[in-house]
Amino acid sequence: MKLILEKRAEHSQKMAVLSPLIAIALTVLVGGIIFAVRGLNPFYALYIYFIDPVMSLWSIEQLVVKATPLILIGVGLAICFTANVWNIGAEGQLTMGAVFGGLLPVMFPEFQSPLVMPLMLLLGVIGGMAYAAIPALLKNRFGANEILTSLMLVYVAGFILDWLVRGPWRDPMGFNFPKTVTFDGWQLLPTFGGTIHMGAVLAVVAVVVLAVVMGRTLKGFEILVLGNAPRAGAFAGFSRTKIVLFSFLLSGGLAGLAGIGEVMSTVGQLQPTISPGYGFTAIIVAFLGRLNPIGVLFAGLMLGISYLGGEAAQVTLGMSDKIAKVFQGILLFFILACDSMILYRIRLITGAKPQAAPAE
Amino acid sequence: MGALEAVILTIITASTPLLLAAIGELVVERSGVLNLGVEGMMVMGAVCGFAVSYSTGSPYLGVLAAIAAGVFMSLLFGFLTLTLVANQVATGLALTLLGLGLSGLIGESFVGLPGVKLTALAIPGLSQIPFIGPILFGQDILVYASFALVAAVSYVMFKTRTGLIIRAIGDNHTSAHALGYGVIPVRYACVMFGGACAGLSGGYLSLAYTPQWIENMTGGRGWIALALVVFSTWLPKRVAIGAYLFGAVWIMGLYVQAAGVGIPSQFLSSLPYLVTIVALVIISGNKTLSRVNTPACIGQSFVPDR
Repeated sequence: MKLILEKRAEHSQKMAVLSPLIAIALTVLVGGIIFAVRGLNPFYALYIYFIDPVMSLWSIEQLVVKATPLILIGVGLAICFTANVWNIGAEGQLTMGAVFGGLLPVMFPEFQSPLVMPLMLLLGVIGGMAYAAIPALLKNRFGANEILTSLMLVYVAGFILDWLVRGPWRDPMGFNFPKTVTFDGWQLLPTFGGTIHMGAVLAVVAVVVLAVVMGRTLKGFEILVLGNAPRAGAFAGFSRTKIVLFSFLLSGGLAGLAGIGEVMSTVGQLQPTISPGYGFTAIIVAFLGRLNPIGVLFAGLMLGISYLGGEAAQVTLGMSDKIAKVFQGILLFFILACDSMILYRIRLITGAKPQAAPAE
Repeated sequence: MGALEAVILTIITASTPLLLAAIGELVVERSGVLNLGVEGMMVMGAVCGFAVSYSTGSPYLGVLAAIAAGVFMSLLFGFLTLTLVANQVATGLALTLLGLGLSGLIGESFVGLPGVKLTALAIPGLSQIPFIGPILFGQDILVYASFALVAAVSYVMFKTRTGLIIRAIGDNHTSAHALGYGVIPVRYACVMFGGACAGLSGGYLSLAYTPQWIENMTGGRGWIALALVVFSTWLPKRVAIGAYLFGAVWIMGLYVQAAGVGIPSQFLSSLPYLVTIVALVIISGNKTLSRVNTPACIGQSFVPDR
């Protein structure tokens, strides 16, 4: 038995749409097997994990809250990966966005004015951009591999935040807990009644803007060409270094926005951990969304379900919420595997002996 | 035991996991494949090694389990990138995310349990030599393995026909294929070797370095190992030098911390990561040094024509 790839004459449009769906279906199948191995009724467990989180209004709100940072970061990464620029340090840029934005309420806790909110958001974007600029500049100036440098900076950002909240920025009235003052008033994002906050609107705006940029502008075309055919891009006079910087600033800024958005809503202060790995999960979001901004919107909601399902699995099924990370990893594997069906036809050749090749 | 001797011994323990993982990845990259999933294979090696040694009481079975886990993970990577020609960068990231998630789930029931430590195997006679003896001949089996692997990889890669074929495939897979070499099988073998080394490295962490299971206990060592391969310009001896330098930085941070100097501990903890960035910048900035040995086909997929 042998697997053989046959190159298709052209991209299969049908597979391009189907592959993420097949990947999700396969992930659910493997999920069922994992639950069965753990001695649970797989159908009941899958229902609790994937369906239950979208059955009540409250949990749909939670879903949007979880999907907000995933979409913000994922849409930026989608552009990055399209340009063949590998920013995998979004988690660190998220952290630095939160740190930069948090500067205002921590340093000036008494400063309350309608100006505070946009200022904090702006600082968050700047923080993410500045931190993302480091790997971009090291890549452009010295040719240092951006994958490794951006990832190393994730650890460094974590230590910076940890130092701040345990040291200089610790709330003096906080009983020695490693936390800053809690934000309130204009230091928090407005919500729509429940828990959904303005970040969700920003995420949708980012998706729409980037969909237009990619589909309708020269910049978008430049990104596509340099990502898919770097030589052609060079002949067209597109600058690789500019695109590297652009992609990093864009995705870093959006990750910073996601970070400050989190501390201005669900978290409400700075603390050692502010994200359950959104910056890494957003990599999966970008691929599940086929590196397309609109696709990222749906993919973000899908991965949001995986977080909620993890919580549901813990509460209802008595299983660790770590299962969420496993599902996310398996999902990315299946997406990548299914994607090769867009370019290739996969054939399983059975039979004991290879047949003689027909005369050509 | 002198103070210097003690320091060198701790540096070796800190360097060995980096060295094991990096020497494996060097072979993988020499064959033209970029497996960014070292961290994922390593952490799976760590958890499986711990789980098996805890359950059986034998650290050596744990070592075997760690290798098996690394190879299993690398086969997932191989199937996707070599058989299904998926993007190597993305698949490597997937491997890391999956490994970190899966190891957390597997290791959940082992958190906080006392592990079985891999004991040192002093070589009789030789380990009695003052100073050099305990450093070179008073180690556990995985440290010896790391010494042997560097020598073996260095020899095979540059003194044998096998090494020549691997390098040919890494530098020009189309020509190698035209000459009749099996590009895909050779790459599978190299990827599996890399997986075994990464698994072994993870096993070293959970069986010898700190004999217990802590979630995400690899702490970015897999990524540093990847950087080491670049830093070494794909030469095994330089991988060894680089690994010991990094181990020294790691230990230096701990010593300064213990001495209670007024530097925040977080700064010292981030030192290895910062040093990695600086090292990458220095090596990458030097074009002649980094270009000469870079496998030309690294990261490119290959589909054999029939």
